[in-house]
Amino acid sequence: MYRLVIFLLLFGIWIIFSGQFDYFHLSLGLISCGIITAISSSFFFSNRSKSFGTRLGELMRLPGYSFWLLWQIILSNVHILKMALTPGEIKELDPSLVRIKTNLKTDFGKYALANSITLTPGTITIEIDGDEMLIHSISKHTAKGVKDDTMERKVARVFEGGGQ
Amino acid sequence: MIIDTISICLICIGIVFFIGGAVGILRFPDFYTRMHAAGKGDTCSMFLILLGLGLYQLHEPTLANFLVFGKIMFITIFIMVTSPTSTHALIKAGFEEGIKMWTRNGEKKGNVK
Repeated sequence: MYRLVIFLLLFGIWIIFSGQFDYFHLSLGLISCGIITAISSSFFFSNRSKSFGTRLGELMRLPGYSFWLLWQIILSNVHILKMALTPGEIKELDPSLVRIKTNLKTDFGKYALANSITLTPGTITIEIDGDEMLIHSISKHTAKGVKDDTMERKVARVFEGGGQ
Repeated sequence: MIIDTISICLICIGIVFFIGGAVGILRFPDFYTRMHAAGKGDTCSMFLILLGLGLYQLHEPTLANFLVFGKIMFITIFIMVTSPTSTHALIKAGFEEGIKMWTRNGEKKGNVK
């Protein structure tokens, strides 16, 4: 069952990438997807205890989160752009290290949070250590932003099922 | 016509963000702040430029063009995942190497573990 899902996923991606629907290309795709499924299907999902419904739920909630993240990315870029193009001394620049604690439990949740933090206004995750994150922030304003937990709650809702 | 205008606008905005990133890399004071400019400018401007190119492709709405649009979107997703990861890898390497951090009041902090 698991292998069948992987195979169908790979084959769907093959069809999108090749864009050819004649028998030659489809059979090539069948063969290569079959070989990949046989050799390395166990690499794709390490945690298989989650049911198919849970995964589907994650997938459904992902677009909303992505759009919110996209908006944050644009805000962050405007922030950097403004700072880079300030004439003379850059007044807003005030780097600091911030340590935050997270309540996320799964590794993937932490990874998603760390990547989101790196993408949003003026903050980069330096290190994840257990449930603590070390963050470099570029100005006072962004250091304040990273301390409130809006993003963490959003990540928890998408990847760890329900409002924890 | 409308699609052309939108895609040209998106590509131009992307280029502006790229310029912001490049200027930031030159002007910011230390390694960490430069990483901010490098890592973020690229992600967003790449996204906007690729989105512009993808929309331009939808000129004639045929299946092949939709597939090309899909492929371009796949590239975008790939960049969105890898770019922050590489930024994080670089900055962590720098941090563990003990590169000093520039701060507002002149003092320089090292590796504060």
